[in-house]
Amino acid sequence: MLELHGISRSFGDRLVLDDVSFTVGRGRLTGFVGGNGAGKTTTMRIILGVLAPHGGTVTVDGAPVVGAQRARFGYMPEERGLYPKMQLVEHLTYLARLHGFDRQGATERAEALVERLGLTPRAKDPVESLSLGNQQRAQVAAALVHDPDVLVLDEPFSGLDPMAVEVVQGVLAERAAQGVPVLFSSHQLDVVERLCDDLVIIAGGQVRAAGTREELRSRHGSARHEIVAEGDMGWLRDVPRVRVDELAGGSAVFEAPADVAQHVLTAALARGPVRAFTPLRPSLAEIFRDVVADEPDLQEVAR
Amino acid sequence: MTPRPPAVAPPSLGRAALLVAEREITSQVRSKSFLISTAVLLVGVLAAIVVSSLMSGRESADVPVAVVRSVAGEVPTTDGLALSDVPDRDAAEQAVRDGDVDAAVVPADGPLGVEVLAMDRAPQVLLDALTERPEVELLEPAAAEGGIRYAVTFGFGLVFMMSAIGFGSTIAQNTVTEKQTRIVEILLSAVPARALLAGKILGNSALALGQTAAIAAVSVLALVVTGQDDLLTMIGTPVVWFVVFFALGFVLLASVFAASASLVSRIEDTGVVLQPAMWLTMLPYFLVVFFNDNATVLTVMSYVPFSAPVGMPVRLFLGEAAWWEPLLSLAVLAGSSVVVIAVAARIYERSVLRMGARVRVREVLSGAGAD
Repeated sequence: MLELHGISRSFGDRLVLDDVSFTVGRGRLTGFVGGNGAGKTTTMRIILGVLAPHGGTVTVDGAPVVGAQRARFGYMPEERGLYPKMQLVEHLTYLARLHGFDRQGATERAEALVERLGLTPRAKDPVESLSLGNQQRAQVAAALVHDPDVLVLDEPFSGLDPMAVEVVQGVLAERAAQGVPVLFSSHQLDVVERLCDDLVIIAGGQVRAAGTREELRSRHGSARHEIVAEGDMGWLRDVPRVRVDELAGGSAVFEAPADVAQHVLTAALARGPVRAFTPLRPSLAEIFRDVVADEPDLQEVAR
Repeated sequence: MTPRPPAVAPPSLGRAALLVAEREITSQVRSKSFLISTAVLLVGVLAAIVVSSLMSGRESADVPVAVVRSVAGEVPTTDGLALSDVPDRDAAEQAVRDGDVDAAVVPADGPLGVEVLAMDRAPQVLLDALTERPEVELLEPAAAEGGIRYAVTFGFGLVFMMSAIGFGSTIAQNTVTEKQTRIVEILLSAVPARALLAGKILGNSALALGQTAAIAAVSVLALVVTGQDDLLTMIGTPVVWFVVFFALGFVLLASVFAASASLVSRIEDTGVVLQPAMWLTMLPYFLVVFFNDNATVLTVMSYVPFSAPVGMPVRLFLGEAAWWEPLLSLAVLAGSSVVVIAVAARIYERSVLRMGARVRVREVLSGAGAD
């Protein structure tokens, strides 16, 4: 598994990463979430050795990562880069050969991957002539073509249509199932929520939360319930320790401790039939807001 | 978990460099602009030689020669000579100066009793026709010698400059494009920066050398076809030396171009950082054009690494260099190439991943800002 221990990095006198530590387990799809400038890309570049940390270490299975080992990483950088004039399959073949595959093995891999990602009709086209979505898939292919031991992808889903998201998701899940630690960042919280097993939330250069999706759900976000009753629920506003988020006639969404919520249910039943009473699980967007909100800005702390 | 296929070993430094070089070469050779510019260059060289040969009248069947009546018997009426009578030496000289004839045979005091007048050089066919080689009086000898001298030195200077700037710019452009598109991050996650730089220099040097060798071959061919073999014997050895010097000199410049370009992140910014490299490339050309009759400047040029590829072949052509001089100069060039490449590799390794603002050379070399 891939581990980061106390990684820090500054640019000039601006501290962009402050003691970042987290783990990407084997066979786990780990989502890396954070706002713009939170430090996601810097972290990923440090994992890949493209950037050196000012403190901390990156280890794989407990051993610090050294040069040759990084060649076994698969990386999709934030800014997409492939040679614009090269043909797709040829390009992927070239990358595989740089990783040590012989010409034939490299070509087979490139062709298989192109097919898997639905790019076969574009196999002989120069990269620059591909549509943005297809270039994105090509970029994913470039990260995967040498069967990497560790996958680090910066925004692999941005700009993909739902079908393509599905395909890429499938490919990543396959790799994870083979025991590869997969770390990917995304702005699209709904996609992350759907895909990943584990989550790392970063803000202002610090890890604010990390763990499995379910852990984070139970740890963060408020306890909310939805209730739908026959009669008007207006009385809910007067119940102590209840915060009403939404109220429309007989249905209401409210936030309250578990015992108070049960009390609300009893009270509602006393007033008439209750159609529904559901605990609402916090969405990733809510957890994210909860974790990131009201934290002091690291940049200002640094100054 | 499904089993994963066995991992492959990463390629050695040399193999990685060869792979990069292979890509540089194939992508260039396939590009239309490269093919067209090479074709234009070769056709241009061919045309220049053929046209200059036609202009000098070598292709015409008969060489017009004026003969003073009193010595008419001395000149046999061979093929290739169109003889015309003139009354005296003054009329003959006038005809030569006017360009009506290429040469004139006039009476002289010497044992042969005749001598040949010509503007810049006496036609070989006339000298062959005369039983014994007469005195040749050239009316404007300095200008003539200067003409060939100029043409050849100009040729070496131009070919070196064009080729170095052309391929140097290609290296620079590829380097910045790789940085700008961030493919360099993907490449460097596979192979070390050193391999990338070495492959880039190797690939483009091979192309540049190939192109220069093609130019040399076309020149030789054109000279033979147009019957200027005599010129060929004069420039043959210098051309071989030129190609040898070129190979090493280009590697030197290529590393400078690549290191310079690695300092910036956008194509738009390359102009400024490439200026020093451009000057290093153009200087030998201007020096050789303006100072081709200044032996001191040429001697200095022939030992300074950046201008030696032009300076030394020119001196060899002019017969001013001793046999050991090119070897010494080559050794100097090789030694300085090793140093420059080492420095360039250091700059390249440290700046190729730094995005954004232009990287300062001093900062990179001091190691303080090393990432």
